[in-house]
Amino acid sequence: MEKQHIGVFVEQRGGVLHNVGPELIGKARELADISKGTVSVFLLGRDISALSDDLIALGADTVLLADSPLLETYRLLSYTSVLAQACKTYHPDILLFGATRMGIELAPRLAARLNTGLSAHCIDLRLDSKGRLLQVVPGWGGGVVATILCPHHRPQMATVMPGVMKKLTPTKRSGECIMLPVKEDLHTSGPKVLEVHIEEPKEMPLEVADVVVAGGWGIGDRKGWVLLEDLATLLCGAVGATRPPVDEGWVSENRMIGQSGKTVKPRLYIGVGISGMSHHVVGMDESDCIVAVNTDPNAAIFEVSDVAVVGDYRGILPPLMEEIRKRLPKGRIDTCELPQ
Amino acid sequence: MKRVIVCMKPVPDPKAWDRLKMDPVSKTLIREGIPSVVNPLDKHAVEAALEVKDLFGAEVILLSMAPLDTRPVLREVLAMGADRAVLLSDKAFAGSDTLATARILAQGIRNIGEFDLVLCGNFTIDGSTAQVPSQVAELLDVPNVMHVCDMDISKPNRLLLTQKIEQGFVKLEAEPPLLLSFTKEANKPRYISFMEILAAEKRDIHIWDNTFLNMDETLIGLEGSPTQMADLLLQTKKRKAVQITGKPEDIARELADKIHQLGII
Repeated sequence: MEKQHIGVFVEQRGGVLHNVGPELIGKARELADISKGTVSVFLLGRDISALSDDLIALGADTVLLADSPLLETYRLLSYTSVLAQACKTYHPDILLFGATRMGIELAPRLAARLNTGLSAHCIDLRLDSKGRLLQVVPGWGGGVVATILCPHHRPQMATVMPGVMKKLTPTKRSGECIMLPVKEDLHTSGPKVLEVHIEEPKEMPLEVADVVVAGGWGIGDRKGWVLLEDLATLLCGAVGATRPPVDEGWVSENRMIGQSGKTVKPRLYIGVGISGMSHHVVGMDESDCIVAVNTDPNAAIFEVSDVAVVGDYRGILPPLMEEIRKRLPKGRIDTCELPQ
Repeated sequence: MKRVIVCMKPVPDPKAWDRLKMDPVSKTLIREGIPSVVNPLDKHAVEAALEVKDLFGAEVILLSMAPLDTRPVLREVLAMGADRAVLLSDKAFAGSDTLATARILAQGIRNIGEFDLVLCGNFTIDGSTAQVPSQVAELLDVPNVMHVCDMDISKPNRLLLTQKIEQGFVKLEAEPPLLLSFTKEANKPRYISFMEILAAEKRDIHIWDNTFLNMDETLIGLEGSPTQMADLLLQTKKRKAVQITGKPEDIARELADKIHQLGII
């Protein structure tokens, strides 16, 4: 197997790293070690050089840093231009992006500029015997899984869903930080950013929650949805949903799990009133323990569950919460901590 | 603004995806019998285009790369009020990945001529790669913005755009020519009356094949695609569930015990 030089684009807004960057470095480290290769991280922004030590501790060998007032806010054309130049200088064999709002916009533009292939929303990455990247992607609502190769073009580019890869525990490692040149005429074209509005998270983010309580069409109304939220709160978990509750307005779209939503891998997933269509299942089927509650004994979700409860959630959730409260250590209630 | 081009895609009806089968030998999907519908988000792109038409009288052109038998889907969208539709269709286009598809769409757009806006849905429900909009924009050398959830066109040379991001939103100001892709919050696609659908049934759709587009065959179709499918599997991820039965109180107790055993509480 040939040595692979693996690049990871690490996303930050306002100096705060998106979780998916460190997750991708973890995977890149694993693939690099298999091929005795190296990991380079691409980091763009302003006054962010302090992040490079963290990125090395998380598994990077090299941080390629473009630090400039011109890169203070993310702009598609500027980022594309800096990354394209860096790829032409450092020639990564593989280049990974998070399938975030930024990554989804940026990676294809860069791939077209570099005239190379890009796979979308990978759920697994491996190397074949020649060191080529095998990119595993879901299709058709997750009913189909395809393995994609990019045999003749470099870098082999892929976007990966947040929450799929595991970030490494930071260790004391050595690495280097290389400054990338930033041209002064970077901002001559493209849309102007007037305002970046960041909202503080008020609820447990789905991707990092240990417990996810998800509901589907079977919840029936907003009143029933509140029961679900209560159970999630009690377990310090996050609320998730299939598409119908989002369309009905019971819950916001950022709570949707599945192919067009988020991927979750909690220790415990409880699915209530969810039929188990593949669009949803692809986003939760790697949960450690899957509990399903549904009135229909033939619901497809039972086929991917560890614990099956056939019955009406309205009768089951209230006594369940009572039983959970009995088992909680004193003082545990209302002390759930939001990550970061 | 004089011309707005909307890229749209007929997709297999998601209601029928459970009928999807795979040929175990050729590892290709058998789509037979699965009807096509317009990709839902594309209607929001069409609506945005029609708003530009209503305000500035711009010509609205639909553009799609698809097999010939998807023409009824294009006619249905024409009925919303678009001026004409161009269908890029050729056996040589089959098997294109997103970059090869973007090359073909970009060539179609060059053949239509100058434009103010190219509008798309943010992603399609079949492939869901969301890659083609940025790739087409790059190939046409125009700026692009994805995840547009609001477009203010009151000043045609200074469009005000709101872009959804995970943690909130970004406000942008942009000048045509430009490519934008829309989320469903952007607008409410207009209602099409039965009479409009009937009238659209008679409308012509321009068919452009590769004799017309004249593209290098090493850059399109299966051969021209940098990515290749190495393997395809139908997904089964079955687990063997333990069933909990009884009165609600018994179920609740047993479930709580299970959650306790997992170390959650």
